[in-house]
Amino acid sequence: MQRLILGAKDKLALASGLLIALAFLNRWTVGSGPLFEWALILASIIGALPIAIQAFQALRVKVVTIDLLVTIAVLGAFAIRNFEESAIVTFLFLFGAYLEQRTLNKTRSAIKELVELAPETALKQMEDGEFVEVDVEDVEVGDILLVKTGAKVPVDGTVVSGEGSVNEASITGESLPVAKEQGSTVYAGTILDNGTLQIAADRVGEDTTFGKIIELVEEAQDSKSEAERFIDRFAKYYTPAVLVIGFAVWLFSKDLELAITILVLGCPGALVIGVPVSNVAGIGNGARHGVLFKGSEVIGDFSRLDTVVFDKTGTLTAGVPAVTETKYYGEDSAEALGYLASIERESDHPLAKAVLEAIGDVRVFPVEATEVVKGAGVVATVNGRRVAVGNAALMERENVKLSAEAEDDLARLEAQGNSLVLTAVDGELKILMGVRDQIRPGVKAVLNKLKRLKVKNLVMLSGDNQGTVDAVSRELGLTEAHGNMLPEEKAGYIKSLLEQGRIVAFVGDGVNDSPSLALAQIGIAMGGGTDVAVETSDVVLMNSNIGRLPHALGLAKATARNMKQNILIAVGVVLVLLASVLWSDWMNMSIGMLVHEGSILAVILNGMRLLRYRLRD
Amino acid sequence: MRTATIQLESLTCPSCMQKIEAAVKAVPGVDTTTVQVLFNSSKVKLDFNEAEVSVEEIENAIRRVGYEVQKTRVK
Repeated sequence: MQRLILGAKDKLALASGLLIALAFLNRWTVGSGPLFEWALILASIIGALPIAIQAFQALRVKVVTIDLLVTIAVLGAFAIRNFEESAIVTFLFLFGAYLEQRTLNKTRSAIKELVELAPETALKQMEDGEFVEVDVEDVEVGDILLVKTGAKVPVDGTVVSGEGSVNEASITGESLPVAKEQGSTVYAGTILDNGTLQIAADRVGEDTTFGKIIELVEEAQDSKSEAERFIDRFAKYYTPAVLVIGFAVWLFSKDLELAITILVLGCPGALVIGVPVSNVAGIGNGARHGVLFKGSEVIGDFSRLDTVVFDKTGTLTAGVPAVTETKYYGEDSAEALGYLASIERESDHPLAKAVLEAIGDVRVFPVEATEVVKGAGVVATVNGRRVAVGNAALMERENVKLSAEAEDDLARLEAQGNSLVLTAVDGELKILMGVRDQIRPGVKAVLNKLKRLKVKNLVMLSGDNQGTVDAVSRELGLTEAHGNMLPEEKAGYIKSLLEQGRIVAFVGDGVNDSPSLALAQIGIAMGGGTDVAVETSDVVLMNSNIGRLPHALGLAKATARNMKQNILIAVGVVLVLLASVLWSDWMNMSIGMLVHEGSILAVILNGMRLLRYRLRD
Repeated sequence: MRTATIQLESLTCPSCMQKIEAAVKAVPGVDTTTVQVLFNSSKVKLDFNEAEVSVEEIENAIRRVGYEVQKTRVK
């Protein structure tokens, strides 16, 4: 019976609403009569029934809830024969609960969508060799599974046969298809766009990368900050306190109407759910955009960020050297390029690849009498000419004269952090190339956005030499850059920043720099959905792209702001209501309930704004 | 000791967390320090002593305060 009534709560709210409408229609047309009163009495009873049941259920486990406050208030209204108020209060309470449910589901939708991406079934090879559809929970490590076009990969595994392309957006946030063939690793929750794969299960269920991401997000959405735990403790005593105050007011003033009004006004709803609502919407927005926050504490710290420390050059640069500039001297440049390409083609020096890439397709010649000069370069005979390819020291050894123009170029490129590749033909300098690790595309824009988001210090710590580090730093406009640093030294540096009272985020690869990641308030591992990244960081950037960093920071700030607004709304409403019940004459139970339910909806709707948050350019 | 994760219908009212927490903690055999009611994911997590109490009894305690249990996983 109880369950039946609670299950029909929405219908009861509707019935009570209709009766109230009927009552007022009756009053406006023929004036207040017995019908008006009876409709309201009926509406009150219908509405109060589920509320009273809930109150009673809670009381049995010794919890005083809002339901109890409302139930007593309705009984009080009956005692003073104010059926109008009792009907309206119960209706508003039920209708409010209905709206809260609808809107809350909306705020939680982003995370729910992510969780629903989890695969549910798998085609598992049985002992007779046939594939049978089974629940994903029945898949064990080592099982052979079939994945057909359009299906979800059920577990993390290795392709044993077949080929196809997989959309890994659920893991990496990138929806570009990735080709898979025998021996490739595939991830649970990704979708096979085309082809057919047979895979061997390596990790199943919660151990898969996707399983870990889901677990992280699910835990994060309910993680509580210190402030929230305080609110929870406070709420536990707040409701009984309101009840006691209500009784005290009644005892001393003998004014039952005032007493029950206080009961309704004291409901703490918005305060209790305001912060969790912001939290779930903010984390949900992040999950949709490849940013995972590990809880509300992280959001709080992150929002106050003033220093970002980038680990090593590779985070900001591509990690692969490329030619930045090519200078030609004298004549026959095309010919010289061909000679250079001929020699570099046979070299396995790291710079050779960059040089060849920059030259592209040219005519090459057989290379003879190659002589490698250690630490300097190569001298060889190409097409009957003596060609020297190497650094400035090699040119000196070959007695190549450098013009004033060439000297200038040399100095300039070196100062920009380039390694130099000079090419001399028959003792005459023909080509000068500057080769350098390139800044990743878009990094500069990312750093500028961070600056606009009030990050004061952008620091790079690197194991590279100071020259390279300085060049990158200058080009990107970093505030500090330190080279030749070992992982321990980086950790020490972070510690010194913390001692200065800075709020530090450390961006690293999650493998070598776990001490620094752990030390900084916010560790951000760039591992692209790998275990290490998920486990070691406070904020995970899913596709390992620091392009997501500004969105993450902006979102954290917006979420933190949203939480504060919600606390303000909740506390403000209670204060205004209490003040007006003491000093004004327009306040009554119905208006109190309206404002109370309104404030709950206001915090939910305010939280919902976070789902649409985008960083403005 | 076993750990149960109980998925409930979606929790929306502000006071339901307190209610469910109190109901679950009142069941003998439940380790009260481990009880966690997760509002947004609408789950209850807890450790319990299977010699003293079955997971069905815990589910019933939740149903008695008025919440539907959808799915339970015990580890």
